[in-house]
Amino acid sequence: MAIAREAEPVGSLHEVKEAGLDREDLLGIYRNMLITRGVEERGHILYKQGKIPGSFYTGRGNEAASVGVATAMGPDDVGTPLHRDMGVHITRGVEPWKIFAQFMGRIDGPARGRDGNVHMADQNLGLIAMVSHLPAMLPVATGCALAFRIREEPRVALGWFGEGASARGDVHECMTLAGTRKLPIVYVCDNNQWAYSTPTYLEYATEHVADRAQAYGFEGVVVDGTDVLAVYREAKRAVEKARAGGGPTLLECLTLRMEGHAVHDDAFYVPKVMFERWAESDPVERYRSWLRTNAEMTDDEEGSIGEQVKALLNEALRRADESPLPEADDLTDGVYATPEELETPHHK
Amino acid sequence: MTEMTYLQAISDGLRTEMRRDKRVFVIGEDVGVYGGAFKVTLGFQEEFGPWRVIDAPLAETAIVGGATGAAIMGLRPVAEMQFSDFVSCAWDHLVTIAAKQHWRAGTPIPIVLRLPSGGGFSGGPFHSQNPESSFAHIPGLKCVCPATPEDAKGLLISAIEDPNPVLFFEHKHLYRRIKAEVPEGRYTTPIGKARLYQEGTDVSVITWGAMVYTAEEAAQQLGDVSVEIVDLRSVMPWDKAAVLESVRKTSKVLVLHEDTRTGGFGAEIAATIAEEAFEDLDAPVKRIAAPDTPVPFSPPLEKAFIPQVEDVAAGLRELAEY
Repeated sequence: MAIAREAEPVGSLHEVKEAGLDREDLLGIYRNMLITRGVEERGHILYKQGKIPGSFYTGRGNEAASVGVATAMGPDDVGTPLHRDMGVHITRGVEPWKIFAQFMGRIDGPARGRDGNVHMADQNLGLIAMVSHLPAMLPVATGCALAFRIREEPRVALGWFGEGASARGDVHECMTLAGTRKLPIVYVCDNNQWAYSTPTYLEYATEHVADRAQAYGFEGVVVDGTDVLAVYREAKRAVEKARAGGGPTLLECLTLRMEGHAVHDDAFYVPKVMFERWAESDPVERYRSWLRTNAEMTDDEEGSIGEQVKALLNEALRRADESPLPEADDLTDGVYATPEELETPHHK
Repeated sequence: MTEMTYLQAISDGLRTEMRRDKRVFVIGEDVGVYGGAFKVTLGFQEEFGPWRVIDAPLAETAIVGGATGAAIMGLRPVAEMQFSDFVSCAWDHLVTIAAKQHWRAGTPIPIVLRLPSGGGFSGGPFHSQNPESSFAHIPGLKCVCPATPEDAKGLLISAIEDPNPVLFFEHKHLYRRIKAEVPEGRYTTPIGKARLYQEGTDVSVITWGAMVYTAEEAAQQLGDVSVEIVDLRSVMPWDKAAVLESVRKTSKVLVLHEDTRTGGFGAEIAATIAEEAFEDLDAPVKRIAAPDTPVPFSPPLEKAFIPQVEDVAAGLRELAEY
């Protein structure tokens, strides 16, 4: 039996307006979802062209969850998005050409070729670069929330994890700390139903991951992660509750992994019927159709947003491809930070 | 100058920084109300309040990962592991995140981990280890191992000021046993600079932490051999120049540490001496370290594990007569 609250879908435009979004915001969300998908689709092409070293991961099917949550963040809030959360980077304003440069190991990628994939973040946009040990980022997000509490700042931290990562002890430890100290944090679980090849019934024995929240003394909410507006509404509630001193929330977005774990994985273990069902609930198409029906998105508007995104990504690809590969002669630089690097307003 | 124990000097250094810089805060198990398992933070919560001296749940990953997040947000966390042995629980957060974040993402992580380490009082396999070499091997971390009260205070202040993750190995067997004059007020001791603990001309001992005193006592037993003791004070970065200078002076060298032998940091020092000062040596480099076993509990076993004064004296004698 579910313990977490199961959130209702978002229906009318009126309801959306009550959640704080005007029509321009709604089209902006659509644009961010298209950019998110487009960046990853073009990443796939780059991979097939042999331009991306190593492997390549996408968050196809997770666009509503990542864009919806990031839209609910305030300008001074921070987060630790993972590799299915490209939409967070896009919504916070990371420029796509830098992402392509990152994918290709070029010098203009945020990690300057030292790390690949979505192992990147622009700290000026409130994002912290992930590591491959996914649940290890949650204690870091919790530490950000601890800093806000110590300094009594009205800021919120968001930590992302998957239902696979939820098995790790890190998750338990930091939720224990956040619950006991009522820290201003939202834990966002992107439950895409597969941890590589492992299905949910071998990952956790409760009905929902969010059911666990009760054990840590805070609220758990389950939302349809293909419904960007419902995700936004629930994330906004959780963020503002944390900001007001109401403590953490565990927000579980039930989402999809429309591709394999990474490019090398054909996901033969996922039942075919599941892929068919996922195709029907594609979050980008779902939102497009909602906008047409409920927000009177016109052919012109839809076409123009699509064209803008296409132009943006084409230009981004061109610019990224001009970015040089890194030189090996500074490989050993920067193992240690220098004192001057702490002479920033942020660290003073 | 005030006479202080090694433990009081650590408290004094920490208190000095917390009074000076409100970004500095302490987090760990039992550090607040109880004042820490060894009482290093006794009275801190009364002075600085519960949000700067934070009693954490028994959750090392939340403590170290949390310290990392708070540091990225501009604070200067000093996290205590109740025993250095427990840092194994937070390996990921230290090694996977904190150590690599600056190199790969350009984010400085100014955190200090206080790690009560070392044996000598039947703490057994899980309360006695000296894990500094495991972390010295990780690019991006600094490892500090003070031997004297003066250095303990100065190096702790330097560690807090440092923009990198610093592991501060404080030797438990020195806490109340070692007492010395400590300068008043704030001062820093540079990380990566060795100190010539004792000048000599016949044999050099390269060591750190509690073994400095073992070397000193051994040297006293050998009235006719002039022993030079180089206290490294930090093993990462380590003062290669000071070691090579001493080796060139005496031409005979004993590398001594309380950690186990194979892959211990002494191996790195011996290899460097072989690479860079081979022509200056009059004898093979000698290592004295603990055997490759876990730290034993029962007193006769622990005595056989930790290098003793007699072992070091015999090693020095052997080198002197080579």
